[in-house]
Amino acid sequence: MAEHFVIIGAGQAGVQAVQSLRAEGFQGRLTLVGDEAYPPYQRPPLSKAYLLGAFARERLFLKSEAFYREAGCDLLLNTRATAIDRAAKSVTLGDGRTLAYDKLLLATGTRVRTLKCPGADLDGLHYLRGIADVDGLQAGFKAGARIAIVGGGYIGLEVAAVGAKRGLDVTVFETADRLMPRSVSKPLSDFYAAEHAKAGVTLKLDTLVEGFDGKGKVEAVKAGGVAYPADLVLVGIGVVPNDDLAATAGLACSDGIVVDRTAMTSDPAIFAAGDCTRHHGRDGAEIRLECVQNAIDQAKHAVLAMLGTPKTYSEVPWFWSDQYDLKLQIAGLARPADTVAVRGEVSSRKFAVFHLRDGMVAAVEAINAAPEYMIGKKLIAANARIAPERLADLSIPMKSFG
Amino acid sequence: MAKITFIQPDGTEQTVEIQAGWSVMEGAVRANVPGIDADCGGACACATCHVQVEGEWAGKLPAKSEMEETMLDFAIQPKPTSRLSCQLRVTSELDGLRVRVPPSQH
Repeated sequence: MAEHFVIIGAGQAGVQAVQSLRAEGFQGRLTLVGDEAYPPYQRPPLSKAYLLGAFARERLFLKSEAFYREAGCDLLLNTRATAIDRAAKSVTLGDGRTLAYDKLLLATGTRVRTLKCPGADLDGLHYLRGIADVDGLQAGFKAGARIAIVGGGYIGLEVAAVGAKRGLDVTVFETADRLMPRSVSKPLSDFYAAEHAKAGVTLKLDTLVEGFDGKGKVEAVKAGGVAYPADLVLVGIGVVPNDDLAATAGLACSDGIVVDRTAMTSDPAIFAAGDCTRHHGRDGAEIRLECVQNAIDQAKHAVLAMLGTPKTYSEVPWFWSDQYDLKLQIAGLARPADTVAVRGEVSSRKFAVFHLRDGMVAAVEAINAAPEYMIGKKLIAANARIAPERLADLSIPMKSFG
Repeated sequence: MAKITFIQPDGTEQTVEIQAGWSVMEGAVRANVPGIDADCGGACACATCHVQVEGEWAGKLPAKSEMEETMLDFAIQPKPTSRLSCQLRVTSELDGLRVRVPPSQH
């Protein structure tokens, strides 16, 4: 009988696995299970062009319907996987059906971290992870509305930028003393704070949201003992990996499904890829990444392992964010103790921050600076050693480093 | 709507009808054209939707933005006729456009 590969999670990693399995010549049965109503779609535009209204919903979908047909992939939408029976090699679905598998790929992604404070269940409080979330937010997202954004990370700030553009009165609350503290270095935090302020966004740093007031619907945000009137609230305080299914089945999990460098879990018939995994980064540190790059590249590696031809995963992670007319491109993972070299004038709105560790280029954060980003990525992959003062010297063309 | 032809390195051709307003990349990905990876989904952040424009078309297309220009510098084997297909907005004027897909995007 033909082998049956089952993929749980119809997102970026899941669809990449379908594509790569067929491209690598897998001839067996293929089933992709997703708990949303939609076939796999791109999440990055949700907080950007889609919220702005500049991007029709049908453009979000990663593949056409014909793709799944031609790939011979059974796409089960609105379907949740509720249990894995590793001994029987089968998955139980929400409707009671079971799917027997030969190899299983978990690409379950993440879900939003939710607030537990008083008033967090009021109407008008939104999270942003899927299409349905943005469609829900859209109703109150009108010029003149007062939106309070809890969390000054990528999601919160991208929504802030769209809100400012659409004429909303935007306030961002962040508990840290700078924006995007988990994702970017301080020079970038300060730069983005200035850009948001210039666009009319009010920033409340060092400010913990204590709760929300309202009769049925949110009317105010309480923070630092002050009540800030608000018509709607967007909460963007991070995500948690969907590893419960794996953990319940006894697979090793630790804030994410633990996989080795070939994307295999602690069960040799089960693999995992994307935001839901905890894996070893290039430097050996245990990491969990939330990005398109990891979803795509780890899924490709999982496919090779599923087909019995594993390859070591050690790609350089990359990320991007669009806020206003600023394109932020990041490659590698910066650490607080890194040596920093700033290339270009921050005031020119076109600059890059290089991070060096043990003399080697470890990360680059580029604002409207594609050469620095593209060459930086190559330098990171090559563990290149370049003196920070040379990286900071604009008279040395970026191309001469690569 | 415009009909756009993608030519693979082995000479295979595939003609795709793409809606006005979409990018050439989006049309290619939706039609499952091999070799247009478009990892970033059209954010001009990855240079993996690189194509080479055929014949006189290169001169007829809207100019490259500075961002596209610099990203293209780092695509695999760029040529003067290279474009990032995510930055090519489809209009009826692009009807008949022919582009070559490079052997690799990575």
